[in-house]
Amino acid sequence: MGYPHPSHPKETVVLSKHFGDPEARTYAGWVRHGGYEALRKAVGMSREAIVEEVKASGLRGRGGAGFPTGLKWSFMPKDVVRPHYLVCNADESEPGTFKDREIMRWTPHALIEGCAIAAYAIGAERCYVYIRGEFTEPWKVMNAAVEEAVAAGALGDDVFGSGKRIEIVLHRGAGAYICGEETAMMNSLEGRRGNPRIKPPYPAVAGLFGMPTTINNVETLAAVPHILNRGAAWYKALCLGNPKSTGTKLVSVCGHVQRPGNYEVTMGTPMRDILYDMCGGPPAGRTIKAVIPGGSSVPIMTLEEAESALFDYEGVVEKGSMLGSAGMIVMDDRTDMVYQIWRLARFYAHESCAQCTQCREGTAWTTRVLERILAGKGKQEDFQLLLDLSENMTGKTICVLSDSCAAPVVSGIQKFRSEFEAYIAGAREPSLAAV
Amino acid sequence: MSGSHGGTAGHGTAPAEEHIPVFTGPTRARLEQLFTKYPTRQACLLPALWMVQEARGWISEQAIGEVADVLELTPAYVKGVVTFYTMYHTHPVGRHFVQVCTTSPCNICGAEDVVKALLQETGCGELGATSPDGRFTVIEVECLGACGFPTPILVDDDFIENVTPEKVRGIVQRYQ
Amino acid sequence: MSDELVNVTIDGMQLAVPKGTPIIEAAKQAGLLVPHYCYHPSLPSPAVCRMCLVEVEKAPKLMPACVTTVAEGQVVHVNSPSAKKAREGVLELLLINHPLDCPICDQSGECELQDYTFQEGRPATRYQEFAKRYNPVEDFGPDVLYVPNRCILCTRCVRFMEDVADTPVLNVSERGDRAYIGIAEQQRLDHPWAGNVVDLCPVGSLLSKDFLHKARAWDLDKTASVCPGCTQGCNINIDTRDDVVVRIRPRPNLEVNRHFICDYGRMNYRWMNRGDRVEAPLVRDGGRHVATDWDTALDRIGQAIRGVSGSAVILASGRTSTESLGLVRLMLDGLEVTAAVQVPLGDEAPLAGIPGLALRRERAPNLAGAELLGYGVDGGETWREVSSAGLVIVLDAELGPEEEAALAAAPGLVIVLATLMPEARNAEMILPITTMAEENGTYVNRDRRIQRFQQAKAQPGMARPAWWIAGEVLAGPGPDASAPSTAAEAFALLGERWPLFAGITHGDLGYTGRLLTQAPAGVGSAR
Ligand SMILES: Cc1cc2nc3c(=O)[nH]c(=O)nc-3n(C[C@H](O)[C@H](O)[C@H](O)COP(=O)(O)O)c2cc1C
Ligand code: SF4
Ligand code: SF4
Ligand code: SF4
Ligand code: FES
Repeated sequence: MGYPHPSHPKETVVLSKHFGDPEARTYAGWVRHGGYEALRKAVGMSREAIVEEVKASGLRGRGGAGFPTGLKWSFMPKDVVRPHYLVCNADESEPGTFKDREIMRWTPHALIEGCAIAAYAIGAERCYVYIRGEFTEPWKVMNAAVEEAVAAGALGDDVFGSGKRIEIVLHRGAGAYICGEETAMMNSLEGRRGNPRIKPPYPAVAGLFGMPTTINNVETLAAVPHILNRGAAWYKALCLGNPKSTGTKLVSVCGHVQRPGNYEVTMGTPMRDILYDMCGGPPAGRTIKAVIPGGSSVPIMTLEEAESALFDYEGVVEKGSMLGSAGMIVMDDRTDMVYQIWRLARFYAHESCAQCTQCREGTAWTTRVLERILAGKGKQEDFQLLLDLSENMTGKTICVLSDSCAAPVVSGIQKFRSEFEAYIAGAREPSLAAV
Repeated sequence: MSGSHGGTAGHGTAPAEEHIPVFTGPTRARLEQLFTKYPTRQACLLPALWMVQEARGWISEQAIGEVADVLELTPAYVKGVVTFYTMYHTHPVGRHFVQVCTTSPCNICGAEDVVKALLQETGCGELGATSPDGRFTVIEVECLGACGFPTPILVDDDFIENVTPEKVRGIVQRYQ
Repeated sequence: MSDELVNVTIDGMQLAVPKGTPIIEAAKQAGLLVPHYCYHPSLPSPAVCRMCLVEVEKAPKLMPACVTTVAEGQVVHVNSPSAKKAREGVLELLLINHPLDCPICDQSGECELQDYTFQEGRPATRYQEFAKRYNPVEDFGPDVLYVPNRCILCTRCVRFMEDVADTPVLNVSERGDRAYIGIAEQQRLDHPWAGNVVDLCPVGSLLSKDFLHKARAWDLDKTASVCPGCTQGCNINIDTRDDVVVRIRPRPNLEVNRHFICDYGRMNYRWMNRGDRVEAPLVRDGGRHVATDWDTALDRIGQAIRGVSGSAVILASGRTSTESLGLVRLMLDGLEVTAAVQVPLGDEAPLAGIPGLALRRERAPNLAGAELLGYGVDGGETWREVSSAGLVIVLDAELGPEEEAALAAAPGLVIVLATLMPEARNAEMILPITTMAEENGTYVNRDRRIQRFQQAKAQPGMARPAWWIAGEVLAGPGPDASAPSTAAEAFALLGERWPLFAGITHGDLGYTGRLLTQAPAGVGSAR
């Protein structure tokens, strides 16, 4: 549901059904809502059967890359000769995204149940949930919920009397966007700087502590109990667009809409419905100028692109962007695009882990060039410079943070060039002090 | 780059003071308990640093030495990790630490005005500085993951949503 | 790496390389240098500088050659337009914050940033109107300064300390473009192998205080040599300027020291520059020594040795070459000889990450060679022999007060071959010899690897290698005598007497030496 707003008829409310309902936070309350049935069922199934069910559902990773979840699980070694680990990615730091936070705040047991099922399915006895340091409230809620689950026998040495051992360890981050990248997260969990690792080796071969590891996003894992309860076919049928995108998706909408919040939609729902019906469109008297549909790391869409797109992995790509984390940033006609692109570049410059030359230096230089433009000191050559820098920063580094910095810059210049021109020509008041 | 994250970290030397060990008694016991949750001691580094910050408000060079000791690491190694993460303070901060999100989603909803109001009401004057009465330090941070509730701020461990410049005075008054 | 070979094509050249080889090493075999900064063959590869990006056909994007391994049928383009453009891009970014320090930078002339910029870079910076990053110079340790403004954050230094020295005293601090190499207040970069970070640094960011502003790289003459520090036998270059040794640096030898040397070895060169040397043959004339020419001296030593009866003692420095030890020993054939080398002892200091590499307790680079030639270790008992020997030869051995006293009381003939003037008034003659830095020769290390060192600087005055003196004596006077005139010829004489050396020539040893295989059974060692 469009928490903090009531559910909209065009939503398909599965994961968000109990957002805002304090009762769902407790173990007893969650069980009354049908919780932990799926885990009881799972520990009676074979590992392979669970993986097959998830594969058949078409569930894809909700952390940004959209990798098929069942397939990812199937990469884990069949025989558990060394410890296997599950890592739950609760670092949610992609600007515009705030869905995992609500899952943890309101339905912590949904996540715990999903983690437990996934851990069992991949042969892991321990799951680390990496929660970003700023999420103080979800941290407390999750801690309490894990304690309750252990006390109730849903976690521990003998999950629901099945003889299966599943432990969940909550791990607090400390302020680093990059730790949301899966290999950086593994380094961070190991007590290192959050530097992304080069692949190969892939996590399923040598991940956390060098052991076979699967990393999944909070929303991905929270969807798993529903798939086991209601069947892969049900999940797969939740599809209004491309058949490769199934299920429901939480969309975090922020910025210039009347009702910002989290909406849960069937994959393939028209973006128009989300923007106007669910969120109530732009504030009175305004029009939407631009939409960043998948968190700040994806290309900016014009209103026309956004209005014509279907909201699923393929539909958004077709209109020149990406679904990403489904954090939708809506900007109306008052928005200074150059300023906001600068602000995003500054974000990436601040968050670059500093390993790769292109990213470390490129994000900072990009930021400075944009700053110069905003200060009224821009030049025509700056367009080429920014595009060259962006090209140099795309597809050349260890992780895609570098590419992510380039995406809004390149799409911004392509789609909103006149706003840059206005600064350069002096037709617009400088909005930053001279550099 | 203009706009400061007001990082409390820096090249400089933090003030030296006598270091009273953190990992004794119950804190030590908590750490020992953590050791059982990870296959290596090193993995307890982030949690251990959180414990230091909880106990002392910031992480001094001597505290880094203590953490290195208990986790069998070197001080330089620990320092490299500490300075990677923006939530660890390598310098003392005000009694209340205020983090304001100003990344684009909040920025377009007026976050910079919230910053201005905070700097004024707390008396900090500028980002990263501590107010003369020692009560506050205010810094800008990147996306707090609550973009639908602009502007979110963190005062110590209290996550406060939908802050507007008008609400700032009331919030500041709650923290003495 | 396995024995299995795979076929790859690199810039049109076809080659077969072992499976598992990184492209950057395969390219080397094809004679192509893929520009790189973070990669170093003796360190784990983090692939962070992104300088080594190459085009690999069928790969969706450019691949880092340092961590991408070869695959059967792989086609690689090091110099394709896209790869070159990517490198140009990295250079442009590395230079934006780099100071224009070349004229005052010690790295100038051997700087990989300078080299590649010259090769690949774009001429003018587009990073105008922005201030460059500035951080003050930091004192990291006894011999290392850090100049952060020049740092390209390749992390070689951090990885060396962490992964090779197993003593992480350096870190990357902060992140983004605020990052720099840091150290903790309570720590120093004083590990016994720390100096290697200076060599590893591809730019002039880590500097040796010892070498600071001493010389420009292009004014240096480099000579391949072997460290005279201990029995490890690390390969080194002796860098001289105007015949003065200004620094010692490691020379790669994957079997012995990979790319490293210890700080003890690195700093152990000042004696090579000493000016107070024995420069002419001195013969005793009554109560004093007078200078003479070599013909006279050689005549006299020949006669003297022929006149000796009974036993003889040789006491040699552990830094003496195989050639000199061998020929001096041969010179005394016919006598009953007790021979020993001095072996100063120190603390062992291993380099944790490289098995088999350590600064050894035994600070005598040719101890193994000496033992193969029948020398024992001087443990004091040699000096007892002196009191009954008919002849004592001191071969550059260091004389402490006790040794001097024993020598002064020696009843037999005393001959001293020396680099520095000894306290030996009763010596029949004092003959000037060269140090290992002034001659060609070989050392045998503790693994019985025999390695060559070459002459790095001119000998002072009339000094000659000890093997030359012994060779002349052995050959005897006269126009037909055929004394060895080079170290290689001297070496060739060893094989007859010590079969372990038979069939090997200096030429066979190349720059990295070879293992001496065990002597066939029955053929005795010289003992
Ligand atoms: C720079 C960067 C930041 C990321 N941040 C997050 C994040 O905050 N949360 C998340 O779930 N995934 C994040 N990801 C994606 C993860 O690397 C990974 O793909 C994901 O956790 C896998 O889970 P999934 O398959 O369930 O989506 C990020 C990736 C990159 C490159
Ligand atoms: S692209 Fe940026 S964030 Fe990613 S590994 Fe490289 S430097 Fe770090
Ligand atoms: S100091 Fe030198 S070796 Fe160390 S990271 Fe910087 S450039 Fe690399
Ligand atoms: S280990 Fe021995 S041989 Fe190697 S550099 Fe040090 S002193 Fe010289
Ligand atoms: S040498 Fe390959 S990335 Fe640095």
